[in-house]
Amino acid sequence: MRGKPETNRIETTERGKIMLFKDEKIALSVKGISKTFQKHKNKTIKAVDNVSFEIFRGEVFGVLGPNGSGKSTLIRMISTLLIPDTGNILVFGFDAEKEANSVRNLVNRVSVEASFFKKLSAMENLLFTAGLYGISKAKAREELLRIFDRIGLSRKRIHDPLEDFSRGMQQKVAIARAFLTSPNLLLLDEPTTGLDPRAKKEVQALIQEVCKEHDTSILLTTHDMFEAEELCGRVAIFHEGKVQKMGEVMKLKAAIPGGPLVSLEDVFMHYTGTTLKEADSGFEEAETLQEVS
Amino acid sequence: MQAVLKEFRAAWAFVERNFNLVKRYWKWEVVFFAYTVANSVTMGFIGKGVENFSGTKVDVNFLILYMLIGSILWGYLSILFEIVAETVAWERWEETIEYTFMAPVSRATHLLSVCLFSIFYGLVRSGLILLVVSWFFKLDLSGANFAGAAAILGVGSFSFIGLGMIAAILPLISPEKGVQVVHIFQALLLMFSGVYYEVEVLPAWMQTVAKLSPATYALQGMRASILDGQPFSALWSFTYPLLFMGAVMLPLGIFTFSKMERYAKKKGLLKRNG
Repeated sequence: MRGKPETNRIETTERGKIMLFKDEKIALSVKGISKTFQKHKNKTIKAVDNVSFEIFRGEVFGVLGPNGSGKSTLIRMISTLLIPDTGNILVFGFDAEKEANSVRNLVNRVSVEASFFKKLSAMENLLFTAGLYGISKAKAREELLRIFDRIGLSRKRIHDPLEDFSRGMQQKVAIARAFLTSPNLLLLDEPTTGLDPRAKKEVQALIQEVCKEHDTSILLTTHDMFEAEELCGRVAIFHEGKVQKMGEVMKLKAAIPGGPLVSLEDVFMHYTGTTLKEADSGFEEAETLQEVS
Repeated sequence: MQAVLKEFRAAWAFVERNFNLVKRYWKWEVVFFAYTVANSVTMGFIGKGVENFSGTKVDVNFLILYMLIGSILWGYLSILFEIVAETVAWERWEETIEYTFMAPVSRATHLLSVCLFSIFYGLVRSGLILLVVSWFFKLDLSGANFAGAAAILGVGSFSFIGLGMIAAILPLISPEKGVQVVHIFQALLLMFSGVYYEVEVLPAWMQTVAKLSPATYALQGMRASILDGQPFSALWSFTYPLLFMGAVMLPLGIFTFSKMERYAKKKGLLKRNG
C-alpha cells in the first residue's frame, strides 16, 4: 500500500474544483478503515475491518462479497454518511470526514433501493436533486430530457409519480439522478439487485455507456459475479468485513488452480473458503436468529 | 458568489419539494384542514356556551375570541414545530434521508429552508382556518391591533422554529422512538403554555415551566393585541422574551443538530430503517 497521497494541484471539472494527487491517477484512497456497530447491549459487529484500497481515475472497481459482508457500510463511509472508527478516506484529495462538503460535491451514489419521494414525479424528484447540487433549473431540465431519452423513459411519463414506475425503471431514474450531478466518483451499491434479467442488462449497459461519456470513476459493490466480470477492471474479494484479495479480474482468475478459465465465483470460493450462496444464507440465518431472539 | 447562489438554489429546492409533497398528498391536507377547522369551531362554541353553564352574564365575544386565538395560534405554532421537528422522520419514512444528507448543502441551509416553508405553509393554512371559522361566529374585531398581532406572530415563529430544530434531533438519534417523544414534547407545550386558559390557573411549579415556553408569550401577546387592542409599546413585555428565545434557540438548534448529525454518523443511525 502507498502512503497518504500528497496533493498539489487544483483542476476545474464539470462538478467544480477538485484537488489532484501528485500522480494524478487516484480518484479514491481508502486507508485502514474500520467500522464497528453496537447491535445489542453486549454484542458488537465489526462490519468493516482494516480495509485499504485505491481506485484510479476512470476505473470501474468492483467490491465483491455476499450480503452482510460490509459492502454497504464501506459505501456509506465513502459517501460521508458514516464516520469510520479508524483510518481515512480521501476522494480526489479531500478527506471524507474533515472536508465532507467538498467530497459530497464530487460523489454520488446509486443504492439497491431507488430511494425517491414516491408520490413525486421523476421530474420533480430530479429537479430537487439538481437544486441540492446547485444546478440551475434550466440546465437541469435540458440535461434531464437528454438523460430520459437515453434511459428510455417516455416524455409522457416524466410527470407521473415514481410509485407508478416498475422497479427497473425506478432504478434507471436513480442512475439518471446520479449522472445529473456529473459525479467524479460514482458509488454503485448493488444497483441491479432484484431487477429482472432484462432490466439488469439495460441498467448495466447504461452504466457502461454513461461512464465513458463522463470520465467517471466507479466503485461497484455487487454479489453478482457475472456483473462484476462484465463491468469491472479490478476487483476486491470482500468477506466478513475484510479484503481477502484484490487485483485485475483476469489475473485473479489466472492465479488459482484451473485458471484462467475459471469463474469469479471460483475465485471467491478459493480465497474465502465458501461459496457466495453459502455466505448469503449464513447471513440470512444469522439475521433470522437475531430477529427471533 | 457562486457558493451563495448554490445555497439559494438548494434552499429553494427544499421549499419547492415540500410544496410538491403537499400538492401530491392533497387528500391528507383536506383531512387535516377539516380536523383543525372542526377543532377550532368547537373551541369557539365552548366559549359561547360558558354563559349557559355558569348562568351569569359574561362577555361572549371575548370568550369566543379567547378560545379561537388559542386554537388557531396553537395550530400555527404546531405546524411550524411539526414540519421542522419531523424533517428527519419524514425523510426516513420516504427513504430519501441518505440522499439528502449526502448532498453538498450546509445543514443550516437545509434546516432554515424547511423553516421558511413551514412559516409560509403555516400562515396560509391558519389564514384559511380563520376565514372558515369566522363564518361561524359574529366577531367584533374593531379594537384589535392586527399589526401588533402580526409582529408577535413573526417574532414567536423564530423561537418555535428553534425549538423544532432541537426537537428534530430526537428522530435523528432515535429512529424508533424519536417521533413519539416529539409528540409528547408537543403535548407538554400545549399543557404548559396556556393555549385555552391563563397560565395563572396552573400550579406554581407549572407556571415556572410556562415561563420557559415561547408559546406562553406568543399567546399572551396575541391576546393582548387582538382582545385588548394594546398598542406596540404595551406588547414589549411579550416581544422581548420571544426575541431572546429566538436569538438563542435558532442558532442553538442548528448547532445542536449538526453535532447530533455527527453523532448519528458515528453510530450509524442515519440508515433509513430503525
